Amino acid sequence: MVRPGCPAARGTMGDMAAPQVAPVETPDIEEVPVVDGSWVTIVWDDPVNLMSYVTWVFQKLFGYSWERAETLMLDVHNKGKAVVACGARERMEHDASRLHAYGLWATVDKT
Amino acid sequence: MFRRHGDHCVARFAPDEARVLRKVASEVVGLLTDGFDHDDPVVGRLFPDAYPDQPDESGEFRRYTEGDLKTAKIDQAGAVLAAVPANAGGEVRLDAEEAEAWLRALNDARLAMGVRLEITADTDLQDELDEAVLRDPTSARVFQLSVYAYLGYLQESLLNALIGVE
Repeated sequence: MVRPGCPAARGTMGDMAAPQVAPVETPDIEEVPVVDGSWVTIVWDDPVNLMSYVTWVFQKLFGYSWERAETLMLDVHNKGKAVVACGARERMEHDASRLHAYGLWATVDKT
Repeated sequence: MFRRHGDHCVARFAPDEARVLRKVASEVVGLLTDGFDHDDPVVGRLFPDAYPDQPDESGEFRRYTEGDLKTAKIDQAGAVLAAVPANAGGEVRLDAEEAEAWLRALNDARLAMGVRLEITADTDLQDELDEAVLRDPTSARVFQLSVYAYLGYLQESLLNALIGVE
């Protein structure tokens, strides 16, 4: 069974500066299976943060495109939470702490 | 409200707006310095548990992140205090870095007020305000709700000015 994907995996093809070899129709969110035993940073919905601000923070901290950041923000808003990053534990704790600096409600979990 | 002027985000504040901004920024600083208390739900929201079901792990995370996070939050509230004229209104001009500090500071202030005002996902701010006005138009709650709403508009206008959306 495929674990819930990490829509936020860093350094995957087609995200940022890498030459764009993927077809234009490639879905904006490339779900990368999260390996058991890896770590994720989760952002939870809260009633105060502005949707536009949360989108901006995801762009700012993770370098995501506006479309990708907005999709993540809507996941947080509609589903109550979203995985915004995955990787080594130290990295996820660092991300959580950066998100806390921007006032987002972030936690770290093991998959 | 902020607008984009060249490379800067610019807003003009009336004296009462400047007073409110200084007050909320000072309150955040107070909360993070003399008044710092882990049992305060506002502190809980500004410094969330990284591991909600694991107090030991959360404590460990806190031990090595909380100091820097607290300093950053005090500094960004300080950026608001430094830019807003004391005892008067006036113009505030922010470069991109200052605008980002303001965005985070305004967010901290709104988070703190949101906890105190018990804002939830179901809260309709206008309804809350109408109800509070009906109960007592001079109450602290009416004032706090108005400030909370004002800070939301201000933060949104600053974000739009920063990213170039008008």
